[in-house]
Order: sequence, then C-alpha cells, then structure tokens
Amino acid sequence: MPGPLLHVKDLRVRYLPESGGKVQALEGLNLEILPGEVTGILGESGSGKSTLASTLLRLLPASAECSGCVVFEGEDLLTAAESKLRRIRGSKIALIPQDPAVSLNPVTRVGEQISEVLRAHLRLSRSERKQRVRQLLVEVGFEDVDRIVDAYLHQLSGGQRQRVVIAQAIACRPSLIIADEPTSKLHSELHCQILALLANTVAQHDTALLLITHDPTILAGFADRLMVMYAGRLIEQGPAESVMRRPLHPYTRALIGLSHGHTSGNRASHLPSIPGEMPNPLHVMPGCRFEPRCSEKMGVCATTDPQTFSPESSRLVSCLKYGN
Amino acid sequence: MRFLLRRLLRALLMLLGVSLLCFAFTQMAPGSFFDEMRLNPQISPETIATLRAHYGLNRPVPIRYAHWMLSLAKGDFGYCIAYNSPVGPLLWTRAKNTLLLTATATILTWLIAVPLGVWSASSRRRLADRFIGASSSLMISVPEIVVAVALLAVAVRWRLVLVGGMVSLGFDDLSLWGKVRDLFLHMLLPISILLLGGIGVVERHVRASVSEILDTPYMNAARSLGIGRMRLLFRHALPVAANPVISLFGFFLAGLLGASLLVEVVTGWPGLGPLILEATLSRDLYVVIAATMLSAILMIAGNFLADLLLIASDPRIRDGEAHAQ
Repeated sequence: MPGPLLHVKDLRVRYLPESGGKVQALEGLNLEILPGEVTGILGESGSGKSTLASTLLRLLPASAECSGCVVFEGEDLLTAAESKLRRIRGSKIALIPQDPAVSLNPVTRVGEQISEVLRAHLRLSRSERKQRVRQLLVEVGFEDVDRIVDAYLHQLSGGQRQRVVIAQAIACRPSLIIADEPTSKLHSELHCQILALLANTVAQHDTALLLITHDPTILAGFADRLMVMYAGRLIEQGPAESVMRRPLHPYTRALIGLSHGHTSGNRASHLPSIPGEMPNPLHVMPGCRFEPRCSEKMGVCATTDPQTFSPESSRLVSCLKYGN
Repeated sequence: MRFLLRRLLRALLMLLGVSLLCFAFTQMAPGSFFDEMRLNPQISPETIATLRAHYGLNRPVPIRYAHWMLSLAKGDFGYCIAYNSPVGPLLWTRAKNTLLLTATATILTWLIAVPLGVWSASSRRRLADRFIGASSSLMISVPEIVVAVALLAVAVRWRLVLVGGMVSLGFDDLSLWGKVRDLFLHMLLPISILLLGGIGVVERHVRASVSEILDTPYMNAARSLGIGRMRLLFRHALPVAANPVISLFGFFLAGLLGASLLVEVVTGWPGLGPLILEATLSRDLYVVIAATMLSAILMIAGNFLADLLLIASDPRIRDGEAHAQ
C-alpha cells in the first residue's frame, strides 16, 4: 500500500472575530488521503468543512489561528514558506471553489484566466499555453471552444462557469483536487454532468479528490472513503460503501436517512432536517457536541466527550455507544 | 457609435445651456468694465458712453448673445476689452501653458497615487498602510492655498527652485538642454503644489476600492491557484477595482482647471489663472464667460473620457449589463 498523499494531524483552527471571543472551527482533525482516492467529506453548513478546505491550502483569513500539521509530500503546509506554498497551490493541490459565479474575475477573458494558471507554474511558450487552454476546455466538455476562450464571466451559464473552474483546477495536473460543494450552486439536472466530469478526470489522471458536500446522494457510488464532520470534528470515517449502507454514528444515520427521504419525493411539503441546531461555537458545552440533537443519547453523553473508537476494521466513529 | 453620437449631442446641448446661463448671470452682476473710469474726473461721461457703444455694451442682451454666438463660430469667443483683442487667441496662448502644467501634474499624480493606493490596500493595517494613510489624510485636510503659500515661502527662502513666471529672462539664448532645465526648475514649484493636493485624494480612492476587491471570492480563488502576489494585485484586483477610480479620473480632470488657477496665481505661472482672475475683477465679461465655458467643456470632456475608459475596461458595461455582482 502506498503512503498517504496528504496527512492531517491534530488540526485545530479557531477564528478570533473582531467582536471578541473565539470560534473553534476545527478541533483536532486527523485524516489521511491516499493517492488517486476519492474522499467524500459530509457535513451540514457550519460543520467546518469549508474551513478544512481553506486550511489545507493555508488560505484562511488573517483572523484565524491554526495548529497541528498538514503534511503533503513530506512538507508541513502550515509552516511552509509562502513562496513554497504558492508553487504548490494550483499546481499540486488545486481547489475548485464553491460558487464559480463569484470565483472568476469578471473583467478578464476566460481563456486568459486558465492560461494564467499554466503561466504561474509551468514554463510554456505563449502558443503552447494557448493550445493547452483549448485542450483543457475540450477536456471539460466544451464544443465551441473558440467562443469560450474569448468569453467573459457574465457571458457564461452556471454550468459553463463550473466547467471553466474545473479546467483551471486540472490545468497543471495536480495530485490532489479539493472540490468544495462543486454542485451546490447548479441546477439539479447539471449535478450529474458535473460529477461525471469530475469522476472522469480524476480517474483518468489518477488524481486524488477531496469532495466536500452536505448532500450524501452525490457521494454514493463515487467516493471511495467517507468522512463525516460535525461541529468541527470528524465523527465518523470509513469506506464509503460501508458507511452509507450501515452508518454507525447517530448523526450519520440521520443525515443519510434524510437524503433517502429527500430523493423519494415528498419534497414539496417541507425540506427534511435533523431537529435542533449545531451548537453555538462561541459557547462550548462539555460532552458530545451532538448530544442535544441525538435521538439515541445516554446519560454520560452530556458530560463525557467521546473519543474515537474502532468497532470494526477500517471504520472509525466518535460515539460513546461504541465505547466499552 | 450611436452611443457616441448621442453623448456628443447631449454635450452640445449642455454647453448651449451653460452659455445661456453664463450670459444671463454676467448681465445680472452689477457694474461693467468702464465703471471705474467714472470715478476719474478727467474722463467725460460722453467718452465712457462712446466706449460702451463701441464695445456694444449698450445693446440689448439677446442681440449681444447672438453676436457672441457668431464670434464663437469664428473662434473668437467674444472680445477682451483689457487686451483689446479677441478672447479666443488670447485664451489659447494661456491655455497651452496651463495644459503643460496640468497634464504633467495629472500624469505624475496618477503614476504615484495608484501604486501607493494598491500597496496600501495590500498591506492593510501594517506600518506602510498606516503611514500612507496618515500622509494622505494630511494632504487632503490641509487647504491647497496653505500648501501653496508654505511651499512658496520655503522655495523663495532657500532658493531651491526658480519662482515666478514660466521661463527666466534670456531663455531664448539658452541651449536646448538649458531651456529644458530652466522650464523644469520653474515648473517644480507649481507641480509640487498640485501633486500634494491631488495624490491624497486619488490614493484614498484607489485604496478603498482595491481593498474591497481583495476580500472577494475570486481573489481567493486566484490565490488558491498559485498566482503571484504582484499579478494578483495589478492584473486581478486593480482592473476590477478600476471603475470607481475611472469615474474619479473624470472628475479629477474637470477639477484640474480650478486647482491650477489658484496655483498659477500664487506662483505667477502665465496660464489661464491670472488672466481669469484679472478679467473677473475688472468685469471683462467675455473672458469670464469663455473661462466658464472652458471649465464646463473640461467637465463634460472628463466625464466623456471616463465613460470611454469604462467601456474599454469593463466588458460588463460593454455588453450593457447591469453590474452582475
């Protein structure tokens, strides 16, 4: 078995808002990403999954503090020099941002914006770059490449924008792509297309993919491994298929249950949700973070912070139900 | 093309309106060029009446307006009584000097202020930003006249630069290099005053709009793709931040004439400033009207230029879209 591509150890991030106080966004995350593997990260909004994406590339705002380490190719990205990081960003680890409508420059032509990524990392002549840009556009499924190269952001549809952003991300053939909710701003009809495109590209170039989402349905049959986040912690991880089929943590069970209810119609009445809310990150209570919303809580849950248990091989879960 | 024509037509109409108002207001103002002669017992009232008739000051206002329009068509812009010549050529010789001063000042102001603003925005809340911020506040808050007089005092006291006029006596005898040097030394003082007045304002605007852009998702996205810092600032942030700055540029051009008038009067630069001041004080009304028209033209031209630049710089405006942000 090859060594991990990315190794995250005890990652902690907290925001220090100007209004005072501290917000613990990530609390002691440990995870590994293997080369060529598709990892799904599942969590509600506010669970810290987008913070995780920015932390891996050290793109956090100045008001954030982080500790722990993120080791990529033998180097800790959290302490690496800025110039070193710049060379890794976009060329070895690429991020597909959440909302392409605001993630592309509105006054620069699309072709130029893709070519710029090549220019930042590779030594190519002008014409070679031009050609690569066209190849990339074809690769992400455009037919009228001539028009797209010279188009501006506002002249593209949502799906086209998403494809352009993907072309940027794969331009330098990174070994890891982080996709933060790549379909959340798209029409549901486009979800499959974009996901298929992503799946194809990563399979073709043996790229590892970290797919961050709140929607378990898009991970089914796509992700190799699944990690579930809640309130800044990883509460469950394991092979995607087995987690989906038999979730261990009550929260995972609720999330996956929701998505089944959701897809089987009946969405007109109301969007299903887990009762209760994520705990206020400004006032941390003792005990399990999920305890107030948990349907299977026990007496100890309110006072004891669960450790991580491994009730069966290759599965990890942070829930006291599985403690001895 | 149709857009340009429409704008041009609107500009002409606007100028017509300005000229009408100018005429009306100068007529409403009390006194005329010859009023001071009345105090002189050696000049008979008949002489004054003849002079007034000669310059047409006794004719009804609409007729004089019509005459003025005719002279406009000839490029005369009316008649200057003090210099006893048509206003047009008189204004033009002076305007060239003003143009030399203001064009140089504008170019320098923007060349200095834009990078300063970008730098300040990119080093938010650090020492450089604080220093630049404090200096530009100072520059904005000290009135231009104070700056002008203070610099003038310093320059005269220590004989740092040549003060007064545009060239020295014996300019014509100098070699080409000597001429350039002489002109440069004369320009140094008025240009410095204009720069101190302008840089602060422009720097502030650039900083404000660039720092707004720096936090946007696409700047983050570009950063996540490993684009270098300089390229991020000047190729990504600045073009998007340019719109409000370009609008400011239009107003800046329009305001330059006003700013340079003061500077020219204080430093004795032979531009439009002293001419207009003199003409206003002595009620040499066609010169005043022409000067007002000129500043209206600059205002319209400045805004027009800003519009053209916006169209050139922002594809969203080119496509007639509302700002899709």
